[in-house]
Amino acid sequence: MHIAEGFLPPLHAAAWTVAAAPFVVHGVVRLNRQLRENPEAKLLLGASGAFCFVLSALKIPSVTGSCSHPTGTGLGAILFRPPVMTVLGTITLLFQALLLAHGGLTTLGANAFSMAVVGPWAGYGAYALTRRLGGGLLVAVFAGAFTADLVTYCVTSAQLALAFPDPAGGFAGALTKFGAIFAVTQIPLAVSEGLLTVLVVRLLRSTSAAELIRLRVLKEGGVAS
Amino acid sequence: MKRNVVVNLLLLAAVAALAVLPLVIGAGDGHEEPFAGADAQAETAIAELAPDYKPWFASLYEPPSGEIESAMFALQAAIGAGFLGYYFGVARTRNRLRPVSAADLAPGADRGGAAEPGGR
Repeated sequence: MHIAEGFLPPLHAAAWTVAAAPFVVHGVVRLNRQLRENPEAKLLLGASGAFCFVLSALKIPSVTGSCSHPTGTGLGAILFRPPVMTVLGTITLLFQALLLAHGGLTTLGANAFSMAVVGPWAGYGAYALTRRLGGGLLVAVFAGAFTADLVTYCVTSAQLALAFPDPAGGFAGALTKFGAIFAVTQIPLAVSEGLLTVLVVRLLRSTSAAELIRLRVLKEGGVAS
Repeated sequence: MKRNVVVNLLLLAAVAALAVLPLVIGAGDGHEEPFAGADAQAETAIAELAPDYKPWFASLYEPPSGEIESAMFALQAAIGAGFLGYYFGVARTRNRLRPVSAADLAPGADRGGAAEPGGR
């Protein structure tokens, strides 16, 4: 669930847009290079964007008695690295802002920063760390997708707390409030996203091993997990 | 059923269970509007924290009703799911028509396992 249109003061909206813009530009450059150097991966790149599209459209009930939706950014961040996922995630956000009145144009920068920049980087970091510590491929994929999803909404909570500090409790008080709405709701959804991403990577491992080796997710000679 | 398929189905079942559980245990009971969107709740929280704040920009296009909005969300999911299905169809077919390599002809190689390149 993204920050709704007009719900960030102009100064905040502008600042987050400025913060997100260089990541998007860098992502476009990396995406073009990826397509030039590895044109066979075009279809898989589309599939990663499609995964983000599906998961961002699924509003799922949570134990807090409210609904939210996963992000689907962990998969693309793991397969194609975070900058490429920044572009795919921003496209998804733009689609929702323009056609679904979900999120918004003035809050696109803030939402892109949480879902398309910090989420993918945090998820990729969790994935890479798990692999380095000797975790198997699927365990690392779960950790990556779970982290990307949850961190996105922690950032959303912080963005809102910065814009609307609690008159009594300040930033921390507001963070607790928004965190209870976004981050806690998101925990079971992040688990779901982790499991779905593991499922997709299992299917990719059996149908697209060559691509995964080329993207250095799998090692040459078969199963890396 | 092959073990691979069983594990995949179990993963799907776990996701379904996680989605249904909040409804079964009645997590929305006692809420003013059970299972409202987290973004709508955030708007309410903003109204409490900053009562004077007025959204200064409205969506350029707003779906005229809840039905049309849910149709747009369904469309988004359908586009994504459709492309994913297309991808896996292409990948599976490409795999099946892959020229038989020497590894597959090695003694003891499971020819039926062509969908698992690299073997286990």
